Amino acid sequence: MRMQTPDEALAIAAANGDREAFAALLNRHYDRVFGLSFRLTGSKAEAEDLTQDICLALPAKLGSYRQAARFTTWLYRVTVNAAHDRRRRMVTHRKAADGWGDWEIARRAEIAEAEEAEDWLTATMARLTPELRDTVALTLGEELSQKDAAEVLGVSEGTVAWRMSEVKKRLREMARAEGML
Amino acid sequence: MSDEFEKLRAGLKANPAPDPAAKAEALRRAMENFDRHQETATKPRPNQDRPERAGVLTGVREMFTKLTTRGALAATASVAAIGIGVMIWPSLEGQKVTPQPTVPVVQEPAPAENENRLRQAETKEEFDDTAIADAKTSSDALGRAETVVEAAPMVMAEEPVIVMDEPSIALTAPAADSVATAKRANGNSPQFSGYAQSGIALPEAEIAPLPEPDTETYANDDPNPVKIVAEEPVSTFSIDTDTASYSVIRSSLTNGHLPPKEAVRIEEMVNYFPYDYAAPDAGEAPFRASISLFQTPWNENTQLLRIGIQGELPATDDRPPLNLVLLIDTSGSMDDPKKLPLLKQSFGLMLGQLRPEDRVAIVTYAGSAGLVLVPTEASDRATILAALDRLNAGGSTAGQEGLQQAYQVAESMAEDGRIGRILLATDGDFNVGIHDPEELKDFIAKKRDSGTYLSVLGFGRGNLDDATMQALAQNGNGTAAYIDTLSEAQKVLVDQLSGALFPIADDVKIQIEFNPAAVAEYRLIGYETRALAREDFNNDKVDAGEIGAGHQVTALYEVTPVGSPAILSDPLRYAEPTLAGDFAELGFLKLRYKQPGEEISTLIETPIPVTPGEADADANFAAAIAGMGQLLSNPKYLGEWSWDEAIGLANGARGEDPFGYRAEAVQLMRLAQSLAR
Repeated sequence: MRMQTPDEALAIAAANGDREAFAALLNRHYDRVFGLSFRLTGSKAEAEDLTQDICLALPAKLGSYRQAARFTTWLYRVTVNAAHDRRRRMVTHRKAADGWGDWEIARRAEIAEAEEAEDWLTATMARLTPELRDTVALTLGEELSQKDAAEVLGVSEGTVAWRMSEVKKRLREMARAEGML
Repeated sequence: MSDEFEKLRAGLKANPAPDPAAKAEALRRAMENFDRHQETATKPRPNQDRPERAGVLTGVREMFTKLTTRGALAATASVAAIGIGVMIWPSLEGQKVTPQPTVPVVQEPAPAENENRLRQAETKEEFDDTAIADAKTSSDALGRAETVVEAAPMVMAEEPVIVMDEPSIALTAPAADSVATAKRANGNSPQFSGYAQSGIALPEAEIAPLPEPDTETYANDDPNPVKIVAEEPVSTFSIDTDTASYSVIRSSLTNGHLPPKEAVRIEEMVNYFPYDYAAPDAGEAPFRASISLFQTPWNENTQLLRIGIQGELPATDDRPPLNLVLLIDTSGSMDDPKKLPLLKQSFGLMLGQLRPEDRVAIVTYAGSAGLVLVPTEASDRATILAALDRLNAGGSTAGQEGLQQAYQVAESMAEDGRIGRILLATDGDFNVGIHDPEELKDFIAKKRDSGTYLSVLGFGRGNLDDATMQALAQNGNGTAAYIDTLSEAQKVLVDQLSGALFPIADDVKIQIEFNPAAVAEYRLIGYETRALAREDFNNDKVDAGEIGAGHQVTALYEVTPVGSPAILSDPLRYAEPTLAGDFAELGFLKLRYKQPGEEISTLIETPIPVTPGEADADANFAAAIAGMGQLLSNPKYLGEWSWDEAIGLANGARGEDPFGYRAEAVQLMRLAQSLAR
């Protein structure tokens, strides 16, 4: 019977303390969250950790869910943000003189790591900026429309479109660079 | 090329299946969390501090009024269980190593709200039943166990229940909660005794360090080295009116550990305290520099050169009206008594300082980012307070365009003759919508030119990104302060509000040229993050610190006179001795500043006399704080001078100390001394 209930109703019930509703919601969406987590992190272990973090945080987070948004959209957003937070936390905070450089250093380190990876996909994803990676994971991986992806990311549809053309451009450049080697 | 795109698509589509064991584990733990959350969720508290004792009393009274005969029986059974808790409690009480500083708070929620809470508490009860199994680990349950244990002596001693008639309105919410506890106790005494036992676990939980490793980052550089005047006679730096470092250090020390060395920025410690500097004369520069030279407390062969700058005190009556945009981080991590609730109270305090024609807008960044209060006249306190009160920490740090939106709002409010300022309040999650650090820096620098100032207030510990806070405030022409207690909020947002909000001089730079004939070596104490290149002094394009109305800035140099036995470096064998210049001058002080909003800087010059004077209380106190900072970071120049001397010096230099800041500093030194052993 529960399976027929729309996500949104379940989410509201769960936010109001309905235990069954929460369990149903988790069961229904665990795989989805894991899938996106994997696409965002590129590692199964990472994705499992991230998914677990999200599941654990969900009871508290549900309080901020508003019915205005589709539940899956909201859940994607939670996932993307959790991935960001995690990424940021993992950055070894060796501060640079002006306090900004650390992000950039960490990003370079990630790129260097990825270059060693044999996996074309990992290497390619790692070379994209975090924004582009998120966008690609949602549009290509989760097959969201640009409109939905924009809603998840909290940017305008135009931004998503621009990012996708940026991705194509980067891919072209990467292919060219590899061709030259 | 589109091949590559398709390849990416295909790659992303192929996902590994989730591991069933990991999934089951995650689901199980999430359910546990859900149950725990239902427990905590039933406990809305109007302010950050639980009014424990009075709440307990009301709770007990409620319990008595609701006792039925069946319930009374259960209650007597539970009294026995409580007894166990009481016997164990006192011995454990002593183990609490980190007592929470309490802040008295007066808050009266509307009665309607209270009823609502009562109703909530009652409806939640059914979920609580399922959650009892988890009670042992839940801090909330611990709080309840504490409640029960403390109540016990009352019950057993058969004290009259009349005492309980005192509670004020604000205490109703916890009371409602106690009712729930009591009711459960009635129905189910074995579980209730379980509660009493869980009281035993409480002190441990309080001792335990924070479970999450913190991700705090600090901005600092190596301490300034001793410079040889013959080689590098010129020292240039930007003034700094931040005080965040001192508050962070205080928060560390009062929590029982020494602050990380990188958290110590000596200039911010020294500048935390008010000093009695001469105010500028009307019609002259907006600030005045006082110079004094006295013997170094930790080295009898060197001298401390103190440069004290006093910004003009504003005629507060005719200050320009203010456009204030509060940019508030409401991400989930702000859900902590030391963060969002403290922030609300702090801004509530500040509101009293604003004038009716000032305007306030509130922008939040979190899952539900956006403008939560349109620009509102400060006279409309009710609307502003209600908007503040509605803020809820929750959701993810989406942080979309928070900063852009704040600037946009500030720009929409801009009018001639008004000062615009953004106050960013955060715990360090600077996920403000622009990810590229350089881009963010450029963005702020560009907005800075549009005349809007940006100040940063840090709250809470754990992921305090001090480095980014510093950079934001420095690039945004503002100050960074760290607020750990309500009294700090009082200092920053009430006592010194005009300084925090009204700039009187922009891009203030200091340059000192030492006279090699009089000074052999010098060392700037602190200001590591504020060093400027010598040529930047005259370059008006180079940004520097701002002085707000009434602000004070103190800089200390330790100088070694020529011929002093304290000179560290030997003279060079092959260099000509360069003895030149007037022996009557120790050096030459130059200050540059811009009037707010102007492009061209003004220069102030004054020679520094060479004769040392007697140190006054202010000078001694500043020296003691500089010593404290060095003891906490790098004491290599202090020799044998240590905490005892620092405490003695500070104690003798407390002066009038109307706000008690200096007395508090002495306490902190004592704490640090004990902790350092």
